[in-house]
Amino acid sequence: MKQTITLTVNGDEFQLAVDPRRTLLEVLREELHLTGAKKNCNEGECGACTVIMDGKAVSSCLVLAVQARGKKIETIEGLARNGKLHPLQEAFVKHGGLQCGFCTPGMIMSAKALLDKNPRPTEDEIKTAIAGNLCRCTGYVKILESIKAVVDGKG
Amino acid sequence: MIFIRRLPQFDYVAPRTLWEASSVLAERKSEAVLMAGGTDLLPKMKKREATPRYLVSLKNVPGLAYIKEDKGALKIGPMATIHDVESSPVIAGKYAILRDTSLVFASAQIRNLATVTGNLCNAAPSADMASPLIALGATLSLSGPQGGRTIPLEKFFTGPFTNSLGEGELVAEIQAPQPQPHTGGVYIKHSIRNAMDHAIVGVAVVLTLDGSDVCKDVRIALGACAPTPVRAAEAEKALKGNKLTKAAIDKAAKAAVSAAQPRSDPEYKREMVQVLTARALNQAWQIAR
Repeated sequence: MKQTITLTVNGDEFQLAVDPRRTLLEVLREELHLTGAKKNCNEGECGACTVIMDGKAVSSCLVLAVQARGKKIETIEGLARNGKLHPLQEAFVKHGGLQCGFCTPGMIMSAKALLDKNPRPTEDEIKTAIAGNLCRCTGYVKILESIKAVVDGKG
Repeated sequence: MIFIRRLPQFDYVAPRTLWEASSVLAERKSEAVLMAGGTDLLPKMKKREATPRYLVSLKNVPGLAYIKEDKGALKIGPMATIHDVESSPVIAGKYAILRDTSLVFASAQIRNLATVTGNLCNAAPSADMASPLIALGATLSLSGPQGGRTIPLEKFFTGPFTNSLGEGELVAEIQAPQPQPHTGGVYIKHSIRNAMDHAIVGVAVVLTLDGSDVCKDVRIALGACAPTPVRAAEAEKALKGNKLTKAAIDKAAKAAVSAAQPRSDPEYKREMVQVLTARALNQAWQIAR
């Protein structure tokens, strides 16, 4: 039986009737058409579906939409404001922090969750924050450089 | 080949109290499964390894995510996440072994969802939270339709991915006694990757000195070395009451091997138990001084 839930996604409030077996990821992608968060491993191993829920990075494939009731969700689509990219997005472009781009939304959301809490993380803290985000292209070096550029104010 | 599909159909049950949750579990028996963080259960359901008719979520029961110290004991509520352990000021002091463990647990995204209690109830032989909590002397308060009971954590596990919860029973609280002065706790997780990996071998040591270098008390627990997390009783016996020396630690580490009954790679795992037990004891000794 469908349940009615309210989600705040990127500042906008949505009322949705969802089947309890739909994950937050499926609802974001299929109901709200926010396809930035990627459905990849679908079992919490890869980080491609990372979104920020009430300030914390979570694997949205492991959250039931009904459990996200009343929560504040941030996705990659909410980062750019008035056509201007978020400093993390700018830095990933400028420093080549991506190749195929599939892991990038999750990677940036993990980095954002870190920087929101800790604007001056050490390199180790950055590595820990993105340890759950797999990238098969870059070898992570340029991703790390991109995030560090934002930390150092050289985004 | 295991396919990871969309979740199968189930009825979502969101009780408001633990008592209500336990009643639903008792009534629906094997048709119902309790969910805390969901990070183990939901992937199992996507693989159709679990197909509960009723999914009983604890998310709507208020006040279960606490970590506190009360009457000389650590108390962890059933919905406290691994991240809560990571960031808890109560844990950071005397129970730092649990904070160290939280940092080697899966990934940030999982730590924000997964609960300590769920990690124990899933009962993986490699469960990261199990051996440090056993080494701390943790007990579990269980509650069910027949009332409550308390069991030592080391008696909770009955085999790989099975526990001793009866019908309608759930873990209402994890408790651990406050460590004595001059205590050091260490968890060493041996794994291939630094994140998102299971322990090949996990060794937890909680060691108490008498103020000098004599071992007043020690508890050693091993993960991923037997069908369940286990205590290395022989190793503990070898150390208790004795002066800590390199030789004494090496002897205890050798004795720890007898507790291991690995289900895979037995020679390698036994060797690692010895190496890592010695390493963990040495580190705990330094912290305890």
